[in-house]
Amino acid sequence: MSDWEVVIGLETHAQLATQSKIFSGASTAFGAAPNTQASAVDIALPGVLPVLNAQAVALAIRFGLAIGATVAPRSVFARKNYFYPDLPKGYQISQYELPVVQHGTLKIVTDAGEKTVRILRAHLEEDAGKSLHEGLPEGLSQSVSGIDLNRAGTPLLEIVTEPDLRSSAEAVAYARALHGLVRWIGICDGNMQEGSFRCDANVSVRKFGAPLGTRCEIKNLNSFRFMERAIEFEVRRQIECIEDGGTVVQETRLYDPDRDETRAMRSKEDAHDYRYFPDPDLLPLAISAEEIEQVRRAMPELPQAKRTRFETQYQLSSYDASMLTSSLEHAEYFEACVQAAKGEAKLCANWQNGELAAALNRANLDIAQSPVPAAALGGLVCRLVDGTLSSKLAKEVFEAMWLGEHGGLADAIIEAKGLRQISDQGAIEAMVDEVLAANADNVAQFRAGKEKAFNALVGQVMKRTKGKANPAQVNDLLRQKLNASA
Amino acid sequence: MALDLEQIRRVARLARITVNEAEARASAEQLNGVMDLIAQMQAVDTTGIAPMSHALDVVQRLRADVVSETDQRSAYQAIAPAVEAGLYLVPKVIE
Repeated sequence: MSDWEVVIGLETHAQLATQSKIFSGASTAFGAAPNTQASAVDIALPGVLPVLNAQAVALAIRFGLAIGATVAPRSVFARKNYFYPDLPKGYQISQYELPVVQHGTLKIVTDAGEKTVRILRAHLEEDAGKSLHEGLPEGLSQSVSGIDLNRAGTPLLEIVTEPDLRSSAEAVAYARALHGLVRWIGICDGNMQEGSFRCDANVSVRKFGAPLGTRCEIKNLNSFRFMERAIEFEVRRQIECIEDGGTVVQETRLYDPDRDETRAMRSKEDAHDYRYFPDPDLLPLAISAEEIEQVRRAMPELPQAKRTRFETQYQLSSYDASMLTSSLEHAEYFEACVQAAKGEAKLCANWQNGELAAALNRANLDIAQSPVPAAALGGLVCRLVDGTLSSKLAKEVFEAMWLGEHGGLADAIIEAKGLRQISDQGAIEAMVDEVLAANADNVAQFRAGKEKAFNALVGQVMKRTKGKANPAQVNDLLRQKLNASA
Repeated sequence: MALDLEQIRRVARLARITVNEAEARASAEQLNGVMDLIAQMQAVDTTGIAPMSHALDVVQRLRADVVSETDQRSAYQAIAPAVEAGLYLVPKVIE
């Protein structure tokens, strides 16, 4: 297997976050009753004409800028011809020779390190409707399919990579990075269950150094896990096929997650002849330098730039910075937390990436759904900084915040539960004296050179204060007294 | 370049047009006339000339992203051959 090289290119359909469709004024909202959001244009009544949605264009430009691509000053819509019931015009309006976004890149990170994936193009097109084979009355479902055209005409950005990916892990890393980016820049909600972000993988294998092998296109990869498994199955299938003396046939294959296999969907021999030609119903799309500038000015700070800024502005490690910029929500949470914590960035980073991340993970929640808001976590950090809390007590307070006790606010919880750290030197000293008097054996062991006995004494003091004594002061005082009376 | 009957039949199949033998021959003759015209145009030196993508020398106007359409399903489905539960019915699609 090791002398085979895997070559993968990905095509991703990202549904653009517009209110209305790409060529009509019908709503794109998900989940409406069938065909209630399908206008005369979407169902292709004769004589209707498409009118392009300005926001779809602006979102495509935003994507182009985010991947450092060329935004074409002039691009052209084409008809892609094929017959299928969910495509009532008999063609899909897409872009072919002159797409709106050309030649960008996206950085990915895998265990093997960082890699730059080239994006060949991204073009605007309309989605098709849906064919439903189930849910029809008994008797009907044997002979007919139901067509819902609500999705027909939904704006898509099809994003196509060069065949730069060399493993299923790289393909998944790219898909995740792209998914993060489109959500970051707000052009797509990224909802894979609802089909807002769909990937197809073109997979081929070859001996190292050989020309590209014949590729198969795998469809229906609606989760990152399925993508990984489907590609791995397909790679094994192709290698076995060639090693058994066969040849790979170019075809579209469908991934079946239940059986964990891909199987032939349709031969492309006929269907693939889409006979593209420029759509006479649509004029060329012109995008001026000013329009591009306008979009650029409204762009959020991009992940890479934010990461670098976090490292310099907040003096964070690159690990911390990359964790905190893994999504826009993470980054926004962090900056709000730092603000509430009066600039204590490192502590905020530790708590967000540590305690909070672990709790969210356990509860299977996203940071946007965190029961502890950023300002509240910042408030907790303040109490650590001013010495009200030890880190152990802070964890206790955090747990109460997580459960929403006392309004989820650190100060209220500290007050109500009496979790204030004891930092009064006199009080601690009295406690230390009591412990030393009551634990003569530990004292003797310590004097005999057993460091463990020291820890036992610290433990005794903490126990007496229910963990509330300032640990640093306890340590100092104990050592002073043990050494003084030695 | 001359189109043979096999190519004519293939294009007809892709366009879902039924052609009989006589129609195929007639189409071949007509389409070959078009191909000759194309060949004539291909012979012109077009170095440095941008390909024309539309007959009009104007650019696309855009519309604001506003929902302006209301639900017209019952009107549209009144002229559909078969509907059920809000869906248009078509002969079973098999993939």
